[in-house]
Amino acid sequence: MPPAIPSTGGCAISILVIGYGNPGRLDDGLGPAFAERIQALELPGVTLESNYQLNIEDADLIAQFDVVVFADASVDAAGPFDFQALEKKDPVIGFSSHSITAASLLGLAEELFTATPKAYTLAIRGYDFNEFGERLSAQAQSNLDAAVGFLAEWIKTQ
Amino acid sequence: MTKKIIIEPVTRVEGHGKVTILLDEAGQVSQARLHIVEFRGFERFIQGRPYWEIPVLVQRLCGICPVSHHLAAAKAMDGIVGVDKLTPPAEKIRRLMHYGQMFQSHALHFFHLVSPDLLFGFDADPLERNVIGVARKFPYLAVQGVMMRKYGQEIIKATAGKKIHGTGAVPGGVNKNLSIEERDGFLKDIDQMLAWCRASLQIAKDYTLEHIEELADFGSFDSNHVSLVRADGAMDLYHGNLRAITATGEKIFDQIDYQSYFKYIAEEVKPWSYMKFPFISSLGPENGWYRVGPLARINACDFIDTPEAEAARKDFLSITDGKPNNITMAYHWARMIELLHAGEKIRELLNDLDLQGTDLMAKGERRGESVGLIEAPRGTLFHHYKVDENDQVTMANLIVSTTSNNTPMNLAVEGVAKKYLSGAEITEGLLNRVEVAIRAYDPCLSCATHAMGQMPLVIELEDAAGNTLDRRVRD
Repeated sequence: MPPAIPSTGGCAISILVIGYGNPGRLDDGLGPAFAERIQALELPGVTLESNYQLNIEDADLIAQFDVVVFADASVDAAGPFDFQALEKKDPVIGFSSHSITAASLLGLAEELFTATPKAYTLAIRGYDFNEFGERLSAQAQSNLDAAVGFLAEWIKTQ
Repeated sequence: MTKKIIIEPVTRVEGHGKVTILLDEAGQVSQARLHIVEFRGFERFIQGRPYWEIPVLVQRLCGICPVSHHLAAAKAMDGIVGVDKLTPPAEKIRRLMHYGQMFQSHALHFFHLVSPDLLFGFDADPLERNVIGVARKFPYLAVQGVMMRKYGQEIIKATAGKKIHGTGAVPGGVNKNLSIEERDGFLKDIDQMLAWCRASLQIAKDYTLEHIEELADFGSFDSNHVSLVRADGAMDLYHGNLRAITATGEKIFDQIDYQSYFKYIAEEVKPWSYMKFPFISSLGPENGWYRVGPLARINACDFIDTPEAEAARKDFLSITDGKPNNITMAYHWARMIELLHAGEKIRELLNDLDLQGTDLMAKGERRGESVGLIEAPRGTLFHHYKVDENDQVTMANLIVSTTSNNTPMNLAVEGVAKKYLSGAEITEGLLNRVEVAIRAYDPCLSCATHAMGQMPLVIELEDAAGNTLDRRVRD
């Protein structure tokens, strides 16, 4: 299938924000919650994607953008969030096909589609992961607010 | 001194697998245990929720096969609302969703996880033996894997409403049909998808036949096999009755209405594992364990009702003279036969005008208890619920396919360890082979939680006193 051509909304560059994690596992839902919050801002040139995990077909997706931001919960980032440029990395083969890391995805996009978007990780610190429940902890919610405010401003500089 | 060797991939916040290989006094492998830390709170989590929420809610359980849980729960809730038969458009939309799920899952597993082992060999450098390595050396295959996975995901999106937390299947039917535009979009690419299915099948078949002597002794063992089959014995991944066969093909039970599955399948608890060990009740826990998934389904059915997959099934069984194939690594070949079958089914359904039908819901008389079964990509998935007069779920029991494959995976690891462990050191070769044996089952490792900051594979060697003798990290 031909890939959808993202609209830049009049902006010079196209930006993809992928928020991923399981909203049913407390603070693991920070990524999707972040994507939802950014989407509500209706920023021009910004496309939002949300999923449980990254997977190999996302290589085709990120290949269509100039800039990609991977937003996920973190168990150990310094709060409230950690924003870093991302370099590609080869994956380590594991037991399960359940997910691929953002760095590996970047490598896959380059190998398969000769695409080299600028990429960043936004690791939002979470605290509660080991129960089922569709809610964020109070501190995670606060960290989410800070991360949304940061990225909204950062996008304006792109 | 008794030694304990542990291979532990810490790939999630929780929900990881760990392999323990127990040595006897002579330094020989006495037992191997695969510990899957299954999160055990989900069944409690959904108690008290209204039944109509369940098909959406259960998708929180798993990030890789949410559609299977969505459909199994929806089938159970069909029973709760008294619907035993869906309208034709509703059943066909659900089937399309399910075959889309099967298609993307099997393609993902083969290209992401299995093809590096098959293309580079078990002893190849892990830095090369991965999906990027495949992309570099066999770019056409890697692109194929990505696009097949994407095709299946798009079918899920079109039938379930969205890729995650789909709402398409509801108690008694579905809430949308497939538009002409959506259908034509998928039809445009189906021939290419089928061509790629055939090529994938050929890779799996050729590999198996070329390495048949090695694979026959690679974590392989005779086992019982369980799956759903249609009333006429055909493979049916969406609906049917339960059949169990022995390693040589004799029927243990057949055409069992899955509403009474609990009379035929029991679960054993072992002190060293969070995971239960299901078994066929009439055979007991020692002899009643069984395999589910592609290998079991190909072995258990009488035929496949799509021509190319049926020809492939006959070809597959020809190497065992028509008897069940019990080679663990034959899962990959069987999985690719199912990939082709799913592709054929998708084409068949896309050409069925019922998909544009508008009679999407059926009604019946409310009941208090129901079971939904489906053949998920990894095997038979059981959902069992009781609902009270206030419409709230009071009991839920789920048996996921990885649970059914628990004993077989342990045996596969044990077999590999016995053959390849030398001394008390975890060599790269042993580690690779243990992983390869587990991957054949495509296990689900307590899905969906995965925050940044994960650790890579960790391997520890401990003695009986708990002292760490050796530790390796693969990153």
